Amino acid sequence: MDVDLSEDQEFFRETTRKFLETEIPVENVRQLADNPAGFDRDWWRRGCEMGWTSMLVPEEHGGGSLEGEGLLDLVIVAEEMGRLITPGPLLATNVVALAVTERGTEDQKKELLPGIVSGDVLATWALNESGGRWHPESLELEARPVEGGFSLRGTKEPVEAAGHVDQILVTARTENGLTQFLVPSDADGMTITPMESLDLVRRYGSIQFDDVFVPASSVLGEVGQAEDDVERQLQVAIALQLAETVGTVDRIFEVTLEWMFDRHSFGRPLASYQALKHRFADMKLYHEANQAAATAVARAVQHHDEEASLKASSAKSYVGDHATFVLQECVQMHGGLGVTWEYDLHLYLRRATTNQVQYGTPDDHRERIAQLIGMDEESQ
Amino acid sequence: MTESNQSMETPEEFQLRARAWLADNMPRRPEGQGHLRNFDRCRELQKLLHEGGFAGVCFPAEYGGLGLTLEHQQALDEETMSYDMPLALNIPTFGIIGATLVEFGTHEQKQRYLPPMIRGEEIWVQFLSEPSSGSDLASLTMRATRDGDSFLLNGSKIWSSGAQSADYGICVARSNWDVPKHDGITVFIVKIKQPGIVVEEIVDTFGGTEFCQEFFDDVRISMDDVVGEVDAGWTVVRGLLAHERNSMGNASPLTSGLELAPTDHVVSDIVDIARTTGMASDPKTRQLVGENYALRFVQSETTNRISSGMARGQFPPTAGALLRLMGARAAVRRSDVALAIAGSGAAAWHEGDPAGNAGSRFVGRQAAEIGGGTTEMQRNIISERMLQMPRELAADRGIPFNEVRHNAATTQKSKK
Repeated sequence: MDVDLSEDQEFFRETTRKFLETEIPVENVRQLADNPAGFDRDWWRRGCEMGWTSMLVPEEHGGGSLEGEGLLDLVIVAEEMGRLITPGPLLATNVVALAVTERGTEDQKKELLPGIVSGDVLATWALNESGGRWHPESLELEARPVEGGFSLRGTKEPVEAAGHVDQILVTARTENGLTQFLVPSDADGMTITPMESLDLVRRYGSIQFDDVFVPASSVLGEVGQAEDDVERQLQVAIALQLAETVGTVDRIFEVTLEWMFDRHSFGRPLASYQALKHRFADMKLYHEANQAAATAVARAVQHHDEEASLKASSAKSYVGDHATFVLQECVQMHGGLGVTWEYDLHLYLRRATTNQVQYGTPDDHRERIAQLIGMDEESQ
Repeated sequence: MTESNQSMETPEEFQLRARAWLADNMPRRPEGQGHLRNFDRCRELQKLLHEGGFAGVCFPAEYGGLGLTLEHQQALDEETMSYDMPLALNIPTFGIIGATLVEFGTHEQKQRYLPPMIRGEEIWVQFLSEPSSGSDLASLTMRATRDGDSFLLNGSKIWSSGAQSADYGICVARSNWDVPKHDGITVFIVKIKQPGIVVEEIVDTFGGTEFCQEFFDDVRISMDDVVGEVDAGWTVVRGLLAHERNSMGNASPLTSGLELAPTDHVVSDIVDIARTTGMASDPKTRQLVGENYALRFVQSETTNRISSGMARGQFPPTAGALLRLMGARAAVRRSDVALAIAGSGAAAWHEGDPAGNAGSRFVGRQAAEIGGGTTEMQRNIISERMLQMPRELAADRGIPFNEVRHNAATTQKSKK
């Protein structure tokens, strides 16, 4: 959690936590494992009434934030959702909301934003391609100019909530460079195949595009000029993902700390063993460092900091490694219980691990840092 | 400018005024300046800052400071980054001892000692550790014997950074041996250059002489120079240690100017080694460079988070231990990364190669986990004071100090 929240933000956090604890405690998340979408649309709409999809949208299109810094409000929701491993396309839909808000035509905004804000329209971002490709330079899905628009060919996977949303923002490559399209999920020539997923309720699908026609009016931003837009979307995705990951660790750290006092062996609580206390000190440090990094990225992205990419990659690589490290330590502290299906810990580890490897692995982002700081330039 | 004028100045106005003054008066930071400990230079620089009205920003105005806020100090720090600053005065003089005198000193002590400190005329050192008391500081055996209206100090102190160049020391000694260890300690202000005190330099693994050992022989201290109450000095020590953790974690309002490390300097360092060893395109090297950059970023953001959280009361004062631990862990990791990238260049190099110091950095690596309180002590503080886990068993708790078991005689080094 940010140590610098306003009173309104604090209140919003409490309200969000209460709503989630009442509406969708972890028992319900387990039940949703059998639901094909992993979440319920009516429940999503009620969440949207609390502002889950309005923060990045301007007021004239039905949106609004607490104090004009929508991403800083939205990461509060993401973090609270991490604490209860809540389902729902919060990241996916909001990235699209941001992209349309920042780059959409008036028509595109009018058509999509009010529905996204109300929860009637769900959206996702089709960025990834097979083989772990997410980096904009590696993308291959082809957009070929045809009369009246473009024809899309290729495969996008994994795409979050594919098959359970209404609009898909597709990042494609034209001869002139990256171009993004807003494609309705029922467009002709598109085949969506559900994939197996590590997280119990966060679903992914593979979308095959067999010469899917998209009209020129579906282009978001400029043809061939989407590189900066994609970068901005990535930053927002990473900021939300980091907040969610921090939330998962926050909850499990609490639970495990309590366990250390309750569980006794050799007539004394686990919390009294120095070997374990020292591991907890390290875990506490990593958790604080993770929160510091996540907060700094949210602020940098909100404020269009010129080093936002570097900051996002730094935090993404650090938090990716250290969040799952802390969670695995928590498993170890629990002993056998920690590796059972019945105990909730693995659900959190599933979410944090999914986040660790989506939108680039820690290794990918360390490589990206090396590029961004100029390792490839000639030595002076 | 009068004090009332200054107190009305906003941090932004203060910053603009500092910018103009620094440009006209302050020398630029020399290229590649690390932890240079040239105290004579520091005295001159501090004097200059004081004359310009930019010294002791957060020290109370009645004791020679400016009485301004942390925001003013941070604004000044932004401006002084490219200037030569008396950074060696930050720890321990301003951040630890200045802070301790502000918190525990008498009015007379503050009047006497703070203004010359802020003018750069008197440099301070801490006399805490002893040859037989390290992490268990309260087991110290320097003897403070009451003699009429004063005390006589006898014993030895060690690991005192910069004692050879300092003017005054804060010294912790045992004034009562018949009570449990925490209850018989008194804190003194000691003038270093006097006949009863011998200062010897200790050569560290880098070949440097940052640390000293001191030998006290009937050093007479006036009652006016007792900080806090007689026998109740442990309260002062705890406060002092909290100030130490804050200062070392870059979270003290009383320090001025920022080291280049651990910010940009440590990044360019590692990148330079990668380039000169021809490894800039090696994937493993690039991973290490990326990791090092990320670590620098996360370390500085963690400092921001914890220090602003402590200022708001969201973290207890003991949270400084998190920063100490973070700083130590990051320093250790950086030295490992430098060694890995330097490869054989760390063992044999041409004069001037950036890789050249990677080996000796690695050899002296653990200093980061030892100096300023070992990381084991920080982990105890975090788990016991922050997370409220049970305290470690202490075999000396509640027992008069003269009945407690001490080290075998072999660890005592004495000078005769």
